[in-house]
Amino acid sequence: MINDLMQFTLFVLILIALVVPMGMWLARTFSSPSHARLERLTYKVLGIDPEERMSWKRYGMALLLSNAAMMGLGYLFLRIQNLLSFDPLGRSAQTPDLAFNTAASFVTNTNWQSYSGETSLSNFSQMAAITFLMMVSSATGLAAVGGFIRGLSRKNASDIGNYWVDFTRCTYRVLVPLSFLVALIYVWQGIPQTLDSAATVTTLEGAKQQLVMGPVASLESIKHLGTNGGGFFGVNAAHPYENPTPLTNLIHMLSMLLIPGSLTYVFGTVLMRRRQGWAFFAAYLVMLIGFLVIVYGFESAGNPLLTAVGADQRYTATQFGGNLEGKELRFGAGQTSLFVAVTTAGTTGSVNAMHDSLTPIGGLVPIAEMMLNNVFGGIGVGLINLITFAILTVFLVGMMIGRTPEFLGKKIEAREMKLVMIAVLAHPFSILGFTALAAIFPGTLQSLNNLGPHGFSEVLYTYVSGTANNGSAFAGLNANTPFFNTTIGFAMLIGRYLTLMPMLAVAGALAAKKTIPEGPGTLSTSSALFTGLLVFVVIAVGGLTFLPSLALGPIAEQLLMGAHQTF
Amino acid sequence: MRQQMQSVRQEAPVTAGLVRPVLISAGFFMVVTGLVYPLVTTGVSQMLFHRQAQGSIITEHGADVGSAIIGQWFTEPKYFHPRPSVTTGTDPNDSSKTVDQPYNAANTSGSNLGSTSKKLVDAVTGRVEAYRKENGLGPTDPVPVDAVTASGSGLDPDLSVANARIQAKRVAVARGIPEQQVLTLLDTHTHGPQFGMLGYPRLNVLEVNLALDNLALHTSGK
Repeated sequence: MINDLMQFTLFVLILIALVVPMGMWLARTFSSPSHARLERLTYKVLGIDPEERMSWKRYGMALLLSNAAMMGLGYLFLRIQNLLSFDPLGRSAQTPDLAFNTAASFVTNTNWQSYSGETSLSNFSQMAAITFLMMVSSATGLAAVGGFIRGLSRKNASDIGNYWVDFTRCTYRVLVPLSFLVALIYVWQGIPQTLDSAATVTTLEGAKQQLVMGPVASLESIKHLGTNGGGFFGVNAAHPYENPTPLTNLIHMLSMLLIPGSLTYVFGTVLMRRRQGWAFFAAYLVMLIGFLVIVYGFESAGNPLLTAVGADQRYTATQFGGNLEGKELRFGAGQTSLFVAVTTAGTTGSVNAMHDSLTPIGGLVPIAEMMLNNVFGGIGVGLINLITFAILTVFLVGMMIGRTPEFLGKKIEAREMKLVMIAVLAHPFSILGFTALAAIFPGTLQSLNNLGPHGFSEVLYTYVSGTANNGSAFAGLNANTPFFNTTIGFAMLIGRYLTLMPMLAVAGALAAKKTIPEGPGTLSTSSALFTGLLVFVVIAVGGLTFLPSLALGPIAEQLLMGAHQTF
Repeated sequence: MRQQMQSVRQEAPVTAGLVRPVLISAGFFMVVTGLVYPLVTTGVSQMLFHRQAQGSIITEHGADVGSAIIGQWFTEPKYFHPRPSVTTGTDPNDSSKTVDQPYNAANTSGSNLGSTSKKLVDAVTGRVEAYRKENGLGPTDPVPVDAVTASGSGLDPDLSVANARIQAKRVAVARGIPEQQVLTLLDTHTHGPQFGMLGYPRLNVLEVNLALDNLALHTSGK
């Protein structure tokens, strides 16, 4: 127990220590006036003018269209993978609905997987389709937040920067070099990085064991740094080849929050409001720790139904206790709980244990974090989501005290509030709408792996994960059906672009406004009071929207588990 | 006002000149991030950490016997048994059927059963009974939770110390060696937390079983 708490503390301390240098590096990336030689070459190949200043509309259009082209290319590779590369394991091409789902999933930074990596993707697809889309979707998110912050920092301006420059720099200066370095640490710890597809060994008892492998480390590093989350293997980071040691587990978790966390520092630096950046960081951390306490409490307590049949779930000097179904011993209940809280905070969606087998309230935590969608949040979009709620908070407070709301020295008016509300509402609309649809769809029952309230949780988790662009799953649900592939595909696209585009529009609108001086009646948005209000609004809006659906799933299951009811 | 309206109209549409960079960016960045990056990483990794990059394969007496970090299935009493695994595979006798195949590293999965699943509780009940019988425990003795729950990957290479110490007696009897010798061997192969901080003490099943086999070789060689 003490050991677990020490590991949690260690994690938080390292994270805080990394936020400043990483934030400085990112801020430089966004604001440096000179282009590197490789970048100039790239601009020539693309045929763009790096000095062009783009309006938010043009910036957003370049983002949207290039994402569409990349998604198309990924779709194509997945559809013809059997023709493209010599795969010794002879894995066949994906079906149209599965390839649509996969391409939509990876281009939106969701990484929902209706397939299992080792049985359905060749090494070529793992690199040229999956690693490629992971890298560019994170560069897209990072570029978007660059443009967004720039928009907020400007006055009377008509542009928010140049999309191609932001995208290229994020790729060359941040994501590729960082992913390369982390990948080498991973290989040192035991993650394979090879073009071989498999090795066959003869076990001590004489059986054949086929060990599937491939270029895993290079995928694994961008998977976490870019808050992507899709695994090389079906069981994701629970697989020893994806996550062999407690150290790789720690680096996975730090990678997931590194960039989302640092962006609060970038925000503070670019806007010259350092305190504001730290206020946002504090809001993230408070929510993360709150969720961690809940999931760890329930997971380390274990499953009373298993104690009743003789399983010893106590913590002793020679064994780790807690609910170990679906968990790996190298992580135990402690590092798994932290991973659960972190992966659904950072909307990564990588898993180091099977979330479907978490205790009911332990499983409520990832669902709730994805419903809020801004406990750190995904690369780039997490900060945008938090600012969405910050604007909502100043608006609500402004209503209470009867003043025109201001944020960062700019008046928040009807147009901005309308856009903010589109972004706020698209999220529950997609989650609850699709969950309701699936609940009445007759084929859903055949896809469920669990019955009773947990079955409903499986469906709810699916659409929360898709819409929040998280990608983790209650993986018992068989989602590889035309109905699920298509609806989840749309949930991912809605969750990504219907929250991103309105907020780019907000940035564009705020950039065009003039700054008004702060007066005695201005609500300071960098105070502890505001951080508290912000967390309150996030939780109140999330709670009011989603509590009924949580009551039907995990909460009902918890109560029934207490009554020793099984399904 | 009218002038303003006109200037807006005269502006090029937002998509002007975007077609070329959009199309080229997809192909270009695919090559950079989907081919160059993973291939360079592969080259450097192979040079620096060849063994790990190839899957940490263990070779004993010229034969590949497993991976140092992937668990494998043991059923004989003379070996330590790993955690339950619920992976499946195609039936070797009938390729249209799927059968239980624990520790199948070509098709990983966990049970994905929730806490209130009847299937899960029944499975654990069965495993508890089998474990007690196999290791000579009484009908109410508690069984370490890792011995009766399936891991997430189905490939968990590790055991808890408590679980291994209970199995030591069975292994010693099957091998005809003193239990103390097996317990000493367990102590030498127990891995503490990484860097003294990360994780929990645990034992790698394949490593321990290989050590047992080597012990037998040395003894018979005397």
